[in-house]
This record gives sequence, structure tokens and C-alpha cells, in this order.
Amino acid sequence: MPKIKIPHKTPHVDMTPMVDLFSLLLTFFMLTATMKPSEPAPVDTPFSISEKPTPDKNIMTITIAKDNRVFFNVDNGPDTILHFRPKILEEMGKRYNIVFTPQELRYFEKNTVPFGVNIKEFKAYLAAKENEKAKFEKGIPIDSTDNQMALWILFSRQVNPSVQTLIKGDNDVDYPLVKKVLDILQDKNVNRFSLITSLQKVEVVEEAKK
Amino acid sequence: MAEIIQEEKHKGGKKRPKKHSTAIDMTPMVDLMCLLITFFMLTTAFAKPKVMEIALPEKIKKNEKVEPPKIAESRTLNIIMGPNDRVFWYPGKADPAALVPLQETNFSATGIRQVLLDRNRALFKKIEAFKSDVVAGKINIRQDSLQSAIRQLKKNDDTGPIVLIKFYKTAKYKNFVDIIDEMSIVGIAIYIVTDIDWIEQNMVERALGIPLTATAPSTAKK
Repeated sequence: MPKIKIPHKTPHVDMTPMVDLFSLLLTFFMLTATMKPSEPAPVDTPFSISEKPTPDKNIMTITIAKDNRVFFNVDNGPDTILHFRPKILEEMGKRYNIVFTPQELRYFEKNTVPFGVNIKEFKAYLAAKENEKAKFEKGIPIDSTDNQMALWILFSRQVNPSVQTLIKGDNDVDYPLVKKVLDILQDKNVNRFSLITSLQKVEVVEEAKK
Repeated sequence: MAEIIQEEKHKGGKKRPKKHSTAIDMTPMVDLMCLLITFFMLTTAFAKPKVMEIALPEKIKKNEKVEPPKIAESRTLNIIMGPNDRVFWYPGKADPAALVPLQETNFSATGIRQVLLDRNRALFKKIEAFKSDVVAGKINIRQDSLQSAIRQLKKNDDTGPIVLIKFYKTAKYKNFVDIIDEMSIVGIAIYIVTDIDWIEQNMVERALGIPLTATAPSTAKK
């Protein structure tokens, strides 16, 4: 009897469609990617029903972290030719008799990350390496004796009058601290501001009660 | 995933020119792509955070004499945020002589929302009816003027409660956002975030069962 010969074939999977799909997905994600901005402290924002998206330019963000540190950030959009950030820092420096070099100002302009640094340590903070910056992030002083937050707000508004105020607070921040920040804002005549929240749909129950 | 390449054995015979398969081994490319896709998927911030707008009343300067606005006591509703997400409320005005027991509620759908809804039913119905009319096409209005139309409805309303929101010192930021959110859910026309009174502080402490800490200020603040 002749032996049945099993055809000796290489099991070959055609990967072309898969590669096609992958390329497509990859292109999509690469184009839509907006990097999550790095944050010095994790913040869990509360939920709300508001559907208004966060503006992405002309904003100053006050971040209140869980450990009661307060951070500040100014973002005037990606294509500002007006160089608001270095101007703000320069003004701040003038107030505290610190002269920032053009390199430092340029560095500050490029890196729009929230900072919680005492202005007196700002030079060291700017010079520090990326992984050593964390030790300077002690929070911006907001006490009445040395209220640097008030000055940051003041100068940000002087340099860019159309700046909007955003507050990003953590769920577990104590209200008195929030109140303090709000008071500072109100002292500087900021009465309208936006709270950053995550979207959560709520079904409104209007039960028929007659 | 990978292509398994088996060596084919040729048994003797004529030596043929080696056949090169035209298929390119795509495995490394696929690997790399998987990696990149994963990376971009994880770093993409899809859900952009939202913002909730809020305006606080202008601060009264120290040497400025401003008459406190007169509001009807019957329409006033005081909400005090307590510790651990507890919500207290009482209607009307606090009486220093007799501490009114506070009503306690919570943030569930049947909690503070129901309290507010009960008082704000007329306005809420008006807004809902207006919205459904717009959806049904009875009222022709542009999307961006819808908000201002609703604002106008709220402005003209004189039945809804005037809500005073206060915070006990151990309240959290979450409560702040939650309660303001609740105002927009229920469609409260007038709400104000103000400082807690010493009377109210005592009322909360009594409700919590802890010793009273606040006392009457020697000079009236406001």
C-alpha cells in the first residue's frame, strides 16, 4: 500500500490585514495624541454634570493637592508670541529682588508645568534636573505674611488681562484651604472662576408628585 | 502570531536553485506596532476635563458700608456641609435664643436633591417644559441662546428658594463642588456661598454631638 503523503507545507498566516489595521490605529492615535501634562501631584477631581470643556489657552490654574500644597500654572496657549510666562516670572523676580537670566526665563516659558515653588527657591528649581525638581515642590506660600500666590495671580492678570482662572482641587482637600484660596482670588478682584471637574451624568428625578 | 518556519528537507536528487519566498517576515514590525499603539492609547487623554463656572459675590471692602440685601425669610434655605459628606439644612433664619434642630440629609438622589426639588418645583417644571418644547421643535431657538433663555427664566422666577450654602470647618472640597452641582441639577436660580455663622456652627456641633466651640463674637461682624 502506498503511504499517504501529507503535504509538507509551512503554516503561513497572512499578516497583511492585521498590519494594515495596526497602521491605521497607530496613525490615528499618533495624530490624536495630546500628551497628558505631567503633574507634580496627583489630583482626583470631583464629578459634576457640567459639559463645558476646559479652555486651553489664557488660563491660570490653581491646583490644590491632597496634602494641602498649592500649585500654580499659567498657560497662554501653544502659539503665543507675546511671551506672557517670562514676563510674569520677571515681575515676580523684581518684587523679590531676584534677577532671572534670559536662559532661565526661556526655560520657564517652554515648560508649562504646574509649580509649587517658593519664589526664593525658584532659581535653584529652574536649574535642577528633571528628577530633582520634586524636592522644591513644597507648595506656594499662601499665608498672609508671605502671600506669593496673591502676587502670582496679580502679575498674571496684569500681564494678560484676559486670563481665566481655573481651580483644580482634590476631592479630599479641606474646605478652609479652598476658602483661603478663594479669598485670595477675591482680594485680587477675581469673582468668576471655573472649577475643573470630571463629567458624570446624573439622571434628574422629577417624580410626579401632585 | 509569528510565522513558523519549517525547514524543508530535500532528499537528494537534483540540486535546484533555492527558492526564496517572497513573503517578508512581518513579525518584528507587528511587534513594534503593538507596542506603539499601546503607548499612544495609554498616553492619550481622551476625556478632557470639564469646568464648572461659578461666580462669587463681590467682597465687601472693610470701610464700605453696604446694607445687607433684604430677602424673604420664608424663601431662605440654609444648607450646611458637615464632616464626612453629611449635609444639614434648615429653613428660614437661625435664632440664637433657641437652636433649631438641623435636618440631616445626604447627597443621594433622594437626599438634598429632593429637598431642593420640593421647593423649586415650579421653576424646575418651567425649565423642563421649556427644554422639552425646544427638543420637540415647538420653540425654535438656537442652541447657544437656549442657555440664556433658561437664565432668563431663572431670573424672572420669584417662587424658588434662595439657598445659602455654608461650610462647617471639616467639610471637604468635594462637598463644595457637589452642592454647587446640585444647584445646577435642580435649577436653583439664586444661591450664595457664604461664611458659616457662629450660631450655625453651634447647631452643627449639637447635631454631631460634639462640644460647642463657637461663641458669639464680642462685636457684631456684619
